[in-house]
Amino acid sequence: MKPAPFSIMIPETVEEAVACIAEQGEDARVIAGGQSLMAMLNMRLTEPKMLVDVSRLAELHKLEIGPEGLTVGASVTQAEVFHHADLARHMPIIREALAHVGHIQTRNRGTVCGSLCHADPSAEMPLLLATLGGTVTLQSASGSRTLSASEFQTGLLETARRQDELCVSAHFPSLPASAKWGFREISRRDGDFAIVAMACVADKGVVRLGVGGVSDAPTVEEWDRLAPADIPDALNRLAWKMGGNDDIHASARYRRELVRRIGKTLIEEVLA
Amino acid sequence: MSETREPLVGQTILRTEDQTLLRGKATFMDDIPIAKGTLHAAFLRSPHAHARIISIDASAALAMKGVHAVVTGEDIRPYTKPLIVGFKNPLDYRGIALDKVRYVGEPVAIVCATDRYRAEDALKHIKVEYEVLDAVVDPVKACAEDAPVLHEAAGSNRVSHRVFNHGDADGALETSKHKTEITIRYPRNSVTPMETYGIVADYKPDTGGYDVTSNFQGPFSVHTVMAIALKIPSAKLRHKSPPNSGGSFGSKLTMFPYIVVLCVASRLAGRPVKWIEDRLEHHAASSVAPGRVTRIEAAYEDDGTVTALRMEHYDDHGAHLRAPMPAPIYRMHGLSTNCYTIPNVKVTNNIVLTNKCPTGAVRGFGGPQLYFAIERVMNKIAKELGMDPLALMEKNLIPAGSFPYRAPAGALIDSGDYQQVVKDSVEQGRLDWLRERRAKARAEGKLYGIGFAAAVEPSQSNMGYISTLKTREEREKAGPKDGAVASCTISVDALGSVTVVGDSTPQGQGHQTALAQIVADELGLAFSDITVNLETDTQKDNWSIAAGNYSCRFSPASTSAAKTAAERVRVKMTKVAGRFLNVPEEDIEFTDGMIRSKSNPDNALEFRRVGGLAHWSPSSLPDGMDPGIREVAYWNAPELTPTTANDEINTSLAYGFAFDFCGVEIDPDTGVVKVDHYVTAHDCGTILNPGLAKGQIRGSFANAIGAALYEEFVYKEDGTFLSGTMADYLIPTAAEAVDPVMVDTVAIPSPFTRLGAKGIAEGNQYTTPVCLANAVADALDYEDVTMPLTPSKVFEWINGGEEMPPPADIEKAEERLTVDYSGDALRGIGETFVPAPPAKVWETLLDPAEMARLIPGCKELDKHAEDHFTGTLRMGVGAVRGTFEADIRLKNMKKPESVEIAGTLDGALGVSRGTGWVVLEEAEGGTTVKYRYEIHLSGTIASVGGRLLSGAAKLLINQFFRALVARAAPDSAPRKGLLGKIRSKFGGKQ
Repeated sequence: MKPAPFSIMIPETVEEAVACIAEQGEDARVIAGGQSLMAMLNMRLTEPKMLVDVSRLAELHKLEIGPEGLTVGASVTQAEVFHHADLARHMPIIREALAHVGHIQTRNRGTVCGSLCHADPSAEMPLLLATLGGTVTLQSASGSRTLSASEFQTGLLETARRQDELCVSAHFPSLPASAKWGFREISRRDGDFAIVAMACVADKGVVRLGVGGVSDAPTVEEWDRLAPADIPDALNRLAWKMGGNDDIHASARYRRELVRRIGKTLIEEVLA
Repeated sequence: MSETREPLVGQTILRTEDQTLLRGKATFMDDIPIAKGTLHAAFLRSPHAHARIISIDASAALAMKGVHAVVTGEDIRPYTKPLIVGFKNPLDYRGIALDKVRYVGEPVAIVCATDRYRAEDALKHIKVEYEVLDAVVDPVKACAEDAPVLHEAAGSNRVSHRVFNHGDADGALETSKHKTEITIRYPRNSVTPMETYGIVADYKPDTGGYDVTSNFQGPFSVHTVMAIALKIPSAKLRHKSPPNSGGSFGSKLTMFPYIVVLCVASRLAGRPVKWIEDRLEHHAASSVAPGRVTRIEAAYEDDGTVTALRMEHYDDHGAHLRAPMPAPIYRMHGLSTNCYTIPNVKVTNNIVLTNKCPTGAVRGFGGPQLYFAIERVMNKIAKELGMDPLALMEKNLIPAGSFPYRAPAGALIDSGDYQQVVKDSVEQGRLDWLRERRAKARAEGKLYGIGFAAAVEPSQSNMGYISTLKTREEREKAGPKDGAVASCTISVDALGSVTVVGDSTPQGQGHQTALAQIVADELGLAFSDITVNLETDTQKDNWSIAAGNYSCRFSPASTSAAKTAAERVRVKMTKVAGRFLNVPEEDIEFTDGMIRSKSNPDNALEFRRVGGLAHWSPSSLPDGMDPGIREVAYWNAPELTPTTANDEINTSLAYGFAFDFCGVEIDPDTGVVKVDHYVTAHDCGTILNPGLAKGQIRGSFANAIGAALYEEFVYKEDGTFLSGTMADYLIPTAAEAVDPVMVDTVAIPSPFTRLGAKGIAEGNQYTTPVCLANAVADALDYEDVTMPLTPSKVFEWINGGEEMPPPADIEKAEERLTVDYSGDALRGIGETFVPAPPAKVWETLLDPAEMARLIPGCKELDKHAEDHFTGTLRMGVGAVRGTFEADIRLKNMKKPESVEIAGTLDGALGVSRGTGWVVLEEAEGGTTVKYRYEIHLSGTIASVGGRLLSGAAKLLINQFFRALVARAAPDSAPRKGLLGKIRSKFGGKQ
C-alpha cells in the first residue's frame, strides 16, 4: 500500500493552483484533507502524476456562518465548521450531519469542499448541499462559475467540475426561521459510510426530503402539502425511483425499506 | 512462599508492559533496525480465485531501477520441500503459487527492491498469463463429484474424512422418542490485529541456514515445519521475535509460509529481505478461522435429558492446508459434548479445500464453530419441549462433584462447579429482572429476546490431538504424540538480580507481569525485583515444540514451568544459605528480599548476597554444587496422553467454564440488533491477576461482538473477494463494544496445573456469538440465525416476503437498468431507445472504430478478426482510474438483431470478465436496445471497491449506451433531451 510516484505542488495563490491543474490536466489531482484521496493513492486506485495541495491556501480558508447560511472555503476542515461557535445557531442541520461524517480524526483533516468534490453517494455533505439547495463555486484560469447542487452533482464519484477547475468554496443556505428539519442516518457502525442518510426540511406546507446512500448521487424530492396518509405511497415511489444497489453491507431492498420506514418516521417527526 | 505478605498472585498488579506501550516506546516488528542493504519485498498476488499459470515474464520488472530480484514459485521450488501438515497427503504447498493460483491474493511473485515503493512500482510490470478456471467457495458444494478440484494430486477437495463414534449415537437417535436437528453455517472471520505480519529473512552462506526476525508467535511445532521445508537442520533456522507485539489473536501463527519464501528470496537476492504486510494483504491472504457448515442432530427425552448428538462438519480451510490445520476441529474433539452429560456422540469431520484464503489460528480455535452448533441445538430442544432453555441446560450440565470428568470423546475435564457458576450469574446478572424486561418490552410490541450459552473452555493443547485425524493404524505407525512441554529459565546474577526467560511469546496479554508475580512470590522478592524477558531466540533459548502463544497455554503451562523453575532456584539458594545460616533447610524462608531462619528471623542473609556467592565464591557452595544460578524447567502434564485406540483424546489439560446470558432488542424497521444486557461468568481456576483476567474477558467479548454482529470475509460464489479493507470488514470500535456484567463466581483450581490456573482468554469467543444468536432466535422466533447479524439480513428475517410494489405509474423495474450483485456475478439488465434504425445501431455497435468510442476510456481497438478486437483503455469512475488491456470477442451474431459480446479487461487494479447479450428491436422512430450482462470482477477493485461496484458498473454501462445513442443517431434529437430520457430510465436524477 504505497502510492505510485507523484510530485506535489504547494501553490501560494489560487491563481497558481488553477494554472497548475490546467497545465497538468488529467494528471493532476487536487488534495485538501486527503481523507479519501490518500487511501486511494495508497491502494493505487488512482495514480496522478501531480498533487496540488490547496490545504494551506489562506485565500480558501474562508468560513462564514450567519443568517444567510454557511460559506466554506476549500481549505476549511469539517472540524473547523463543526466547532464554529455560530454553527448551532444558524445551521443546526449542518452540525447534526457533520457529526456523522467519518470520525473525529478524519474530520480534523477532511474538508467540506473535498467531500463535495469526491461525491461519494453515501456522504453527508453532498446530501446537505442537495437538500438545502446550496451552490459550489469553481474557478479556472478563464474565470469562475457557481453551480447549483443539482448542476454540480452528476453521479457516482462524479461532478460537473471540469478538469481545469478548482472548487474554491461552497455555500449552504440557511433555512427560514419557520422551517423545521430533521436528519437521520443508518450505518453499520458509528462513523461508517451511511447505508441510508436522510435530511428533511419542512416549511409552509412544503416537505423536502434528501436521500443519500441509495442512488448514485443525493436525491431530493419535494412534496407540496403531504398529507400524513400519503406519506407511505410518496416514499414508496421515491424508493423505487432511486432503486438502490446491493453491496456487502446491505441489499438494495433494505435501502428502499429504510427510505420507506425511516423516511416516514423522519417526516412525521419533522411535521409534528 | 512468604508468609509475611499477601501473595502477589491473585492481586491486580498494573502491567509492567504498559509503561513502554503507553509512552510510545515499544519496539514493534517494523521498528527493529535493519542491516544496510536490506531489500524490501512486495508480493504480486493473484487476482483470480482459481487459475492455471501459463507464464510469468518478469523481465520488465527486473529492468527497473532498484529492483534486485523477482522470485517466483519455480524459483523457490529447488530450495524447498512442500510444507507438511499433520497427516500424509499429496498437497504441494510452499507458500507461493507453483502451477496454479487457488485464491484471490495468493502470492505469485516477490519483488525485492531497494525500497517498498519501488518494489510495488515493479509489480504491474510483471506479466502473468493465466488460464482462468471455475472456482468453488462453498465447502459442501466443494465435496460434490463435479466440483472444480483445487489440488489435482489430491483428487478431491475433501482432503480428510473421518468418522468418530463415542458411545452409540446412531442407536440412540434411532430409538429415541424425540429427536431434532439444525444446520448451522459459521462464517469466515478472524480477529484482526493492529500490527500485521512482518519478517526480515537473511540467508547465512557460512552455515547454509537462515536468520529470521519476525512477529511469528511461535516457535511452536511449526519451526520444525519450516526447517523441513527449507531442507536445513532446524538448529540452522534461527528465529527471533521483536520485544513488543501489536497483537495477534492467533493470526501470527500462520505467517510461516511467508517466512519460508522470504528466506529463499533472501538467498536468491543475496541480501536480507524485509517485508511488512499491508492491510490489504492481511485481509486477503494472511489467515482466517475456518468457516464451517454443521448438521447437528440430537436425541432427547421428555424431561429434557439429551441422550445423543450426531454431527457432520464441513470445515472450510480455503485453498491450502497449513500446519497446524486442521487443528481447530480436532482441538475441540474431546469436548464434542461441551459441558453436558451426553453419553453418545458421533462426529463426522470433512476437511474441505475451497478457493479462499487458507485458514489458521484465530482466538477461539475451533470452539466458536462447535459450540455454535451445540448451543443452538440445545436451544431448539428447549423450544420443542416448551422448556426454559436454561432449565434444559441445567438438566444436562455435568454435576458438581463429578470432576475430573471423562467426556465420551476423551476430554478429562479437570475441575468445576457449573451449577454454582450458573447460580451466581442468575443472581448477579439479575435474570428475573431481565425476564420481566422482556415481558414488558413484548407487551409494548417490541422484538426482545433472551439467549443463553455455556461452554467448557479448554486450555493448554495436547500436542497429540491432531493425530486423532489419523486412523489408529496410521497412528501406530507414526508413533505416539502427546504432552505439551513448557519451559522457563530463571537466572540469579552476581548482584542477585533475577531474570526470567519464558517460552510464551506474548502478544500483548501481560505475561511479563504475571510471571514476575509468580517468581517474586516464590523467591520472597518484590515485584519490581523480577525482570522478565519473553523475546525468543531459537538458537539461544530453551524451548520445545509447544512453545509459543496459542490456545490459552500461558495460564496452565507457562506459569507451571515458571513455578517449577523458581522452586529449583529456591531449592538451590536454600542449600547455599543453609550452610551460612547454620539451620536445617526446612527452617529457611524467603521473604522481603531476605533468606532467613523461620525460628530466628534475625538469622538472615540478603537474597542478593546468597545469589552473589554462587558467582563470586564458588568455593563457598556446598560440595558438588554447580556455580552460578540458572535453572531451566521443562514442564509437562502426564494427563495429556495420546489418542486412544478408540479415538478418545484428552485434547487439553485444564478446562474452565464460561456461562453467559443476554437480552437483545431488535429494531423492526432497521433490523439492528441492540445488545441490551449482557452477563458473562468465568471459572478460570486460580486467577493470577484479576486485572489481566478482566482484560481478557473484555477483549474476547469485544471480538465476539464483532463475530456476532459485524465481521465476515465475504467471497462471491465465483471466488471474488470483497472484504479488502477495514471499511468492508467491520470490527467493533469503542462505540460498539458494550461492557458486559462480569460475574464474581467460583475459582476452582485445576488439580493438573502448578498454580491451579486455567485459560480465560477465549471464553467469550465460545459463548457470546451463540448466546446472541439464541437471543435473536428467541426475539424473532426464527431458526436459521447466521452470523454476522447484519441489519440488512435480520430485516429480511423479520419482514421477509414481498416488499411494497412500485406504484403503477412509475416505470416497471424491469424496464430500467437494474444491477444485482447478490449471486456469483454482477448482473445487469436494461434497455434504451436509440432514434436510429436497427441496421445503423448494429453498424455502430460492431465497428471497431465506433465501438472504441463507445467503450469508456478507449481510444482505439485493433481488429484481429470479424469477431475479435483488442485494445488498451483507461477507464474509471471519479478519481479511480486504471489502465486495462481489453480483449473483446463477438459471438452468435444475428445481423441486425442480436449479438453476444464477451470481453476481458485486465489491469493492475483487477480483472473483469464479462458477457453482454444485446438485442435490437425495431421500434417506432428507432430501435429499442435490450441488454443484459454478467460481469465477474476480481482483484483489487473488487476487494476494496465493494460498496460502489454496482453503482460504478451502472455508470459505465450508462456511458456506453449514452455514447451509442450519440454515435448511432447524432442528429436525431437535441442531445440534452435524449440524455434526459436515458438518465430517467436508469434511475438517475432528473
